[in-house]
Amino acid sequence: MDKPSASVIGKSIASNKSRDQVFAVIGLLATFVGMLTLAALLFDLASDGLARIKPHFFTSFPSRFAGQAGILSSWVGTILVMIVTALAAVPIGIGAGVYLEEYAPKNWFTALIEINIANLAGVPSIVYGLMALGLFVYQFKFGQSILSAGLTLALLILPIIIVATRESLRAVPGSMREAAYALGATKWQTTSDHVLPYSMGGILTGVIIGLSRAIGETAPLITIGALTFIAFLPDAPVKAEFPFISFEWLWSPYSVMPIQMFNWVSRPQAEFHLNAAATGLILMAMTLAMNAVAIYFRYRFRKRIKW
Amino acid sequence: MSKSEVAGAFPDVRQQIRAHSGSVAARKVRERIIEAGLFLCAVFSVAITVGIVWVLVYESWSFFRNVSIFDFLTDTQWTVLFENPRYGIMPLVTGTLVTSMIALAVALPLGTTIAIYSSEYANPTVREILKPILELLSAVPTVVFGYFALLFVTPMLQSILPDLPGFNMLSAGIVIGIMIVPYVSSLSEDAMRAVPVTIREGSYAMGATRVQTAVRVLMPAAFSGIASAYVLGFSRAVGETMVVALAAGTQPNLTLNPMEGAATITAYIVQVSLGDLPHGSLAYQSIFAAGLTLMLMTLVFNIGGYFLRKRFREIY
Repeated sequence: MDKPSASVIGKSIASNKSRDQVFAVIGLLATFVGMLTLAALLFDLASDGLARIKPHFFTSFPSRFAGQAGILSSWVGTILVMIVTALAAVPIGIGAGVYLEEYAPKNWFTALIEINIANLAGVPSIVYGLMALGLFVYQFKFGQSILSAGLTLALLILPIIIVATRESLRAVPGSMREAAYALGATKWQTTSDHVLPYSMGGILTGVIIGLSRAIGETAPLITIGALTFIAFLPDAPVKAEFPFISFEWLWSPYSVMPIQMFNWVSRPQAEFHLNAAATGLILMAMTLAMNAVAIYFRYRFRKRIKW
Repeated sequence: MSKSEVAGAFPDVRQQIRAHSGSVAARKVRERIIEAGLFLCAVFSVAITVGIVWVLVYESWSFFRNVSIFDFLTDTQWTVLFENPRYGIMPLVTGTLVTSMIALAVALPLGTTIAIYSSEYANPTVREILKPILELLSAVPTVVFGYFALLFVTPMLQSILPDLPGFNMLSAGIVIGIMIVPYVSSLSEDAMRAVPVTIREGSYAMGATRVQTAVRVLMPAAFSGIASAYVLGFSRAVGETMVVALAAGTQPNLTLNPMEGAATITAYIVQVSLGDLPHGSLAYQSIFAAGLTLMLMTLVFNIGGYFLRKRFREIY
C-alpha cells in the first residue's frame, strides 16, 4: 500500500477543519432559528395587539363589537381556576414527591408508580380533558364549572411538580438527614424541618413552571366545556354577611384567557384577531414572567447553597 | 429551643423533647398517619392513569357496540356529524401523521444540531444563556402558537406558494416542529453530555474534529437517549391540539398532501367539544374512540422506541 503523501494528509486535515468551522456556523444558525421565532412571535403579537391593551380591555366583558370587547370574565376566570389548580396540585405533588424520595421502599409497587409518572408526563393534554369530561363533569357531576377546570389542570401539572420535588430532594446530601436522625428526630421531623426547607427553591421552581403551563393550557378546557361568551362574573368568594366566605364560585361557568383568545382567533373578522393578539400578548407576558422568576430562583438557590 | 439550652438543662431534656413532640407513642402514631397520607398522594398518580384508561375504554366500548371496528379502521370517510354518518378513522389518522411528520422533519434536524452545538461547541457561559431562552419556546401557550401559524406563518408561506389555502397542514406542522425543538435538543444534549469523557477524549486524541466526534462517536454512544428525545418529540407532535385546530382546519380529509387542510384527531375532538352534544350520544362517544386511537398511536411509538433503544443500547 502506498503511503499517502504529506500534502494529501494536509489537505484532508484542512477540509476536516473547514467542515468543523462550517458546522459551528450551522449550529449557531439553528440556535438562532428558535430565538428568531420567539422574537417574530412577540413582534407579531405586539404589532397587532398592543394598541388594544387599554384599561377598558381589562374591565369589559366580551362583546359582539370587537372594539368594545374585553377580557374581564376571562382573566377573573383564569385566576379562580389557577387557585383551584394550585390548591389541589401543590400539596399532592409535593406529598407524592416526598413519599417517593424519602419513604418509598424499593419494591415493584414503587417502580410501578415511578414508571406511571414518567408516562403521565407524555400523555397529550387533550386526553386529560377527555378523562375529566367523563369523570369530573358527568360521573362526579361537577358540571362545566371552575372546580372541574381547576382539577383537570391540577392533574395535568402533577407530574411536573412531582418530578421537580424529587429532583430537589435528591440534591440534599444524606449527611443532613443523618445529622437530624442522630439528634433523635423522627423521619417526618427530619423531612419537614430540614430536608424540605433546603429543597424549597427547587420545588418552588417546579410549581411556578407547572402553573405557567396550566395558565396557557387550552385544549383540555375546551373538552370539558369552557364557555367562550361569559358576560357575568362568578359569585364573589367574600361576602358581607355571615359566614363571609362563599364557595358558590366553584360551581360557576367560566371562561379563561386562552379560551377567549382561541374564540377570537377562530372568528373570520380581522378586528377580533386584534383582540386575540392583545390577549396573547398578556398571556405571553404572564408565562414569560413566571418562567423568568423560575429561572432566577433556580439560579439563585444553586448559587447560594453550597454543601 | 437552642442547642445551648439543651446542653445547660441536661436533666430536663427528656421533658423538653416531650413538650416539643409529644409522647413516644403519640409521635409514632403521627408518623404512621403522615406516611400513609404521603403514600396516598403517590398512589393518586396511579389513579389518574386508571381514570384515563377507564374513561377512554368505557366510552369507546359503547361506541364500538354501534360501529364495527372493521368499518372504523377501513372506511375512508369520517362524517360523524352529518346526516348519514360514516365512521372511518383513517382521514383523521392521516391528518395527524402528516402534521406530525412535517413537525419532525423540522424539529429533529434543528434539535439535533442545537444539541451538538451546545454540547461540543458552545462555551459554558453561552450554554447557560441559550438553554433558558430555548426553554422559553416550550413555555409559550399553544394557542399563541396557533395564532402565529394561522396569521403569520400561513400568509408568509402564501407569498412563496400562492396556491396554498388558508387552512393547511404545512404551516401547522412547521410551527409544531419549532415548538418541540426544545424537547428534542435539551434531551439529546443531556444524552450526549452523559457519554463518558474518556470516549470523547479518545476520539479527539485520534485527531477527529468536533463535528466528527459528535456525529460518529457521541451520537452512536448516546443513541438510547437521543431516541427517547425523538420519541418524546413525536408524542408531543401527535398530541398537539390548538395549533392544528386553528391552522389546519377541522375538515376531515384523506390526503397525504401537506398543502391541503385536514383535521387531525385532536382537532376533531376540539370541534365536537365546541358544539353542545348530548351526553351519551354516538357523536359524544366518538371523541373517546378518537382519543383512544391517539393514545394507542403514541403507545405504539413508545414501545417501538423502547425496543430500538434496547437493540442499540451501548453500555459503558
